[in-house]
Amino acid sequence: MSGTFVGMPAFPEAAAEALRNAQLRTNLAHATGTIRAKRLAVVGEVEGWEDLRRAGAAIKDEVLLHLDEHLVELERNLQAAGATVHWARDAAEACRIVSGIARSHRVEEVLKIKSMVTQEIGLNEALAADGIAAWETDLAELIVQLGDDLPSHILVPAIHRNRAEIREIFLREMGGVGRPAPADLTDDPARLAEAARLHLREKFLRAKVAVSGANFAVADSGALVVVESEGNGRMCLTLPEVLISVVGIEKVVPTWSDLEVFLQLLPRSSTGERMNPYTSTWTGVVPGDGPQEVHVVLLDNGRTRALADEVGRQALRCIRCSACLNVCPVYERTGGHAYGSVYPGPIGAILNPLLQGPGHDEQTDSLPYASTLCGACFEACPVLIDIPSILVDLRAQVVDARRGGVPGGEALAMKAAARTLGSARKVRRAERIAGLVGRLDLRGRRLPGPGKGWTRERDLPQPAREPFRAWWKRTGGRG
Amino acid sequence: MSPGESSGTNPARDAVLAAVRRALAGTDRAPRAARHRPAAGRPADVDLFVERVRDYRAEVVRCRPDEVAGSVGSALTGVAGVVVPEGLGFDVDGALVDDGLGARELDAIEGVVTLAAAAVAETGTIVLTHGPGQGRRALSLVPDLHVCVVAAEQVLADVPAAIEAVAGQPVTTWISGPSATSDIELIRVEGVHGPRRLVVVLVEPRS
Repeated sequence: MSGTFVGMPAFPEAAAEALRNAQLRTNLAHATGTIRAKRLAVVGEVEGWEDLRRAGAAIKDEVLLHLDEHLVELERNLQAAGATVHWARDAAEACRIVSGIARSHRVEEVLKIKSMVTQEIGLNEALAADGIAAWETDLAELIVQLGDDLPSHILVPAIHRNRAEIREIFLREMGGVGRPAPADLTDDPARLAEAARLHLREKFLRAKVAVSGANFAVADSGALVVVESEGNGRMCLTLPEVLISVVGIEKVVPTWSDLEVFLQLLPRSSTGERMNPYTSTWTGVVPGDGPQEVHVVLLDNGRTRALADEVGRQALRCIRCSACLNVCPVYERTGGHAYGSVYPGPIGAILNPLLQGPGHDEQTDSLPYASTLCGACFEACPVLIDIPSILVDLRAQVVDARRGGVPGGEALAMKAAARTLGSARKVRRAERIAGLVGRLDLRGRRLPGPGKGWTRERDLPQPAREPFRAWWKRTGGRG
Repeated sequence: MSPGESSGTNPARDAVLAAVRRALAGTDRAPRAARHRPAAGRPADVDLFVERVRDYRAEVVRCRPDEVAGSVGSALTGVAGVVVPEGLGFDVDGALVDDGLGARELDAIEGVVTLAAAAVAETGTIVLTHGPGQGRRALSLVPDLHVCVVAAEQVLADVPAAIEAVAGQPVTTWISGPSATSDIELIRVEGVHGPRRLVVVLVEPRS
């Protein structure tokens, strides 16, 4: 069973820890660099990419501004196609629904397609508590699950593991939960993928219940869409008798034709391919083909909270491509674990606080600061989410939520600065003191007392020997 | 009761829809301007389709209409056990016709031959809607080799054209090369759970 992010330290501590891991930084630099280059190449091929991005953003905005109407239409069309529709206000309610369906079929295991939303709600842990094993079938998720590890990237969750580590995990863990890895397993990626194929094949063939997410839910037809590479998704959508799909309410698109925009934007932004190997669409129960009992769980879990935030609302356009992670200078150095959430990187730095609200906990409140505001994420985003502006707005919300109580060093310094700068007499006095200090050589020195933290990772600037106003008075600006 | 109003039986549904309406209260909800880019409207380039399919390391065999059975037969050389859906339209030597085989029975079969509903030149994609000649979804998934026969006139220019072509189909599968993963150090490996080999037999009219 994979771990959870509960109890993770706030970003600055977690990031400092991650930065000391040289192997992690090497893996990340290689991985993000590779995907960045692939993405740029296939995005460059598309004539009118900017128009596509604008179309993607506009469709999602239309969805969000009429979300109630689209959800009701989606529900009606799903039911007409033979699906049972459930609604869940929060994670616990969604987990109860899924577990209840699985238990009604008296199964001890369910198969899972990689899905961010089921990680968000902690479904595997909830099912385990009810005595049901949830097997991840995506290769990277399998690596994370077998290694009792945490995902570190939206698209390639085991990006922090290298092939030698993966071989060790497979040899050690596969036998305990099913078909063991071949004894002569090497660290050749093709052999490792083959071991996963053999290990999971027996699970696919006997599966009764599968759980998926959905990349898109089409309101005007009731079709759900899963975009994937390995075929584990197709296995889960096709072979079991019962299919349960957990879908965030922001995943709706109004019409089938809207898919043309997203099926172009998503693969190119995500894996840097013209098209991902497999995309499946299905509409409720398809007679004679695939699961004959189909459930859809429509999940809120903070999404309406984010929807109410006028600046942050656009974060709900996100199609989970992870392009923003791969271009982010902060993510590239710290990796995903430091963000303490299933949604790491720039999108996680806004999505987590928006879903949970500022002032919820120290860890989430630290995320809007996990950015240099360089804007690379905004440039890469296929649905034009202005992540830097949302970060700035969330910082203000975090400060507001934490007003009152004992002020920190930064707040005290700002207060002192406001008092000083508010009076010409005090500014003159401060300038005189700074001028005196400026005669000392401060290179490499550290501030004492509350200023200590500020100079731990910065050089103290050398104040000018003569204050500007004294210089102006002396020379009139001519020398 | 108008659609979307409280049904009185599902408190979670009522709560979520009410939360959505609260969140949007005071927001301008006027419909947005047209958002689709104009369709490219260019003719499909069959050579581009072949090149793009091969980019995924799938195999492409080009043949004339009277060579289909032969080309499919060659693609199946040495394959232990072949299954075909009803309505294929030509004979495959020694193939079993699917009559609702179980997953384990399908797993014992090495190859499958199907038709497609459409194809996309720009992305090297074949699209199945699982009607006659294409088979149910499991058929083209569990066997390790998928031979897919595509007629040149089924090849469309781009994704928007294909989306339009299969609108209204209850189930579609879009296939771009063999199953693949890049989950280990981002090195692409062809062949995970879906067919590890994809052979596209492209049927072109005699010019």
